[in-house]
Amino acid sequence: MIATLAFYVFAAVLLGSAALVVSARNPVHSVLFLILAFFNAAGLFLLAGAEFLAMILVIVYVGAVAVLFLFVVMMLDIDFARLREGIQRYAPVGATVGVILLVELASVFGGWQLLPQSAALRGAVAPAAVSNTAALGDLLYTHNVLLFQIAGLVLLVAMIGAIVLTLRERKASRRQSAARQVAQRVEDTLVLVKVGLGAAVTEAEFQRKLPEPAVAAAEPHGGGHGHGGTHAAEVR
Amino acid sequence: MNGTLMNWTLALPEIALSLSGMAILLFGVLRKEERGFLASMLAIGALLLAGVLMTATGAGHAYDGQFVVDPFSVALKLLILAGAILGVALSVDYNRAEGIGRFEFPVLIVMATVGMMVMVSAANLMTLYLGLELQSLSIYVLAAFARDNLRSAEAGLKYFVLGALASGLLLYGMTLVYGFTGTMDFVGIATGLADPAQASAGLIVGVVFILAGLAFKVSAVPFHMWTPDVYEGAPTPVTAFLSTAPKVAAMGLLLRLMVGPFGHLLAQWQGLVVLISIASMLLGALGAIGQRNIKRLMAYSSIGHMGYALIGLAAGTVTGVRGVLVYLAVYIFMSAGAFAVILAMRRGGRAVEGIADLAGLGRSDPALAMLMSVFMFSMAGIPPLSGFFGKLYVFLAAVQSGMWTLAIIGVLTSVVGAFYYVRIIKVMYFDAGETGFAARPATLSIVAAGSGLVTLLFALFAAPVIAVAEAAARALLG
Repeated sequence: MIATLAFYVFAAVLLGSAALVVSARNPVHSVLFLILAFFNAAGLFLLAGAEFLAMILVIVYVGAVAVLFLFVVMMLDIDFARLREGIQRYAPVGATVGVILLVELASVFGGWQLLPQSAALRGAVAPAAVSNTAALGDLLYTHNVLLFQIAGLVLLVAMIGAIVLTLRERKASRRQSAARQVAQRVEDTLVLVKVGLGAAVTEAEFQRKLPEPAVAAAEPHGGGHGHGGTHAAEVR
Repeated sequence: MNGTLMNWTLALPEIALSLSGMAILLFGVLRKEERGFLASMLAIGALLLAGVLMTATGAGHAYDGQFVVDPFSVALKLLILAGAILGVALSVDYNRAEGIGRFEFPVLIVMATVGMMVMVSAANLMTLYLGLELQSLSIYVLAAFARDNLRSAEAGLKYFVLGALASGLLLYGMTLVYGFTGTMDFVGIATGLADPAQASAGLIVGVVFILAGLAFKVSAVPFHMWTPDVYEGAPTPVTAFLSTAPKVAAMGLLLRLMVGPFGHLLAQWQGLVVLISIASMLLGALGAIGQRNIKRLMAYSSIGHMGYALIGLAAGTVTGVRGVLVYLAVYIFMSAGAFAVILAMRRGGRAVEGIADLAGLGRSDPALAMLMSVFMFSMAGIPPLSGFFGKLYVFLAAVQSGMWTLAIIGVLTSVVGAFYYVRIIKVMYFDAGETGFAARPATLSIVAAGSGLVTLLFALFAAPVIAVAEAAARALLG
């Protein structure tokens, strides 16, 4: 009873949020509805007893893919209003195609007949008395461990390849050097100047000597600490 | 947990090699200066280590029957490791001179080697595919390694796109075979096909697709289109590597697949292999005649050589498989040696690739010209050089199986091929040419001299090589 109720709740929210993904005016809202749709789909998987798929859906799709979408949507300057232009004009054509597809699907599934012995032919997909996470793990890390590792090597090679073919060491690139930041002393960046009562401070007095040219070029590498020091502080 | 499942030590050479590859990668990333040479030396060490480990591991199935070690795979893996070592050795000085001496180069060669070793040890369609992809992906990157060179980038892209197409064909074939036999295991497929009369049309289509995908990898006609462009555009050490180890691996894979799980379908695929073999021999012989660039010439030459090797597969017998193995063993040394000479062709700080650039080499550098003559005569199949024995054993297999057409066409195309090999020798000795090449680095001299000795004196140690090939062939067919 509760499971049935939960199914209808999840399914209804899933359909509603999926519709809103397409129709929301604000693209950021679209992505947020997409996340809601993912969560509800995960709920449906849980009801079907596929807890591993449910977890993967939340971890991978919500945790990584949807966040990536969000970044892309926020960073790219896409004029969504212009993309939606003419939706009324194209709607009839789209609806016709959709209806044709639906009729075709219905005719296929309506005439679908299962071989009587097909249930027996199916390999033992889910072994009894083992949760499906454990069963998948057994399959992936015990029976197919070699394939799993080789697939890992393929991905490593893809990564090496991408770096080899595209990474260029730019001379002007500014990197953080933790060792240099830590080794920075107060005297390197800050000059304390005694200012007499009522006296002015000339610029030459508090501006520290310019470093050697080579060091000057590398100066921005120092990061946050360095920036504070470029303007000498005046005390009192 | 049964025995074959946890027999993981059988893959010890592969495991050691991939771990060393990652260690070299780590070393290269952490060490800031002058990394190319040291990384190459480490890679050669890792490849030697894998070779030593190979002799220590046993034989049998491992990883749930997905991986097999038998005399056939050991023989091919030793050839692959030899090819990879030659490839790394040839790359060191060229890469430094061309400003692409980065440490990723040997790492990628090591990873490609792991892929090739998995390929020849595959006992399951999935293992086969993953090994093949590991090898191919590494080589796509290597082909484009000189990324600021337009032709190298083009070669990499072309190879990648066409290679992806071939992978698609291969995968489609595999799904058909899996669908019609219900298993991806080679042993299971062989049992399922024990009665060839029951093989359905869909299964045959699957086998043809797999054959097409693998024919691409050995650059056999009509899937050879990429070869001349990639050979010409890729950095020369990559071309040298491409023409040795990957050819051995792909051919080994083809042998294992065709005479193993699909062995009972011999009647169905034999005609196809005969056709591919004849077309490759003809194109290799005729296409090379008009070439002016020596790397393109080597590309056509390799297409032709793969045609000859396929004769052995077409025979489908122990003699045939033995012939292919001897051919491959002979071929990688000829090819590596010839590329060592090509890599020595440097003038004014630049690599030259024209056949005409070899003019006058007979006077300016008699030793190099001598070695090149040995390789060219051997490729043409002149006795008593090693190339003759390679051809002899595949022709023998064809004759024993009654495939006279194949043998006769093979002999005729060898004669045509001899024309362009001998032309190179003529250019070196009888054409007036420029002054000699720049002083050649020691690595090239060592590789060229070593390969030259193997090619020249093959007749002396032919017996043990043939015995090993025979044992390997029996393991595959027995």
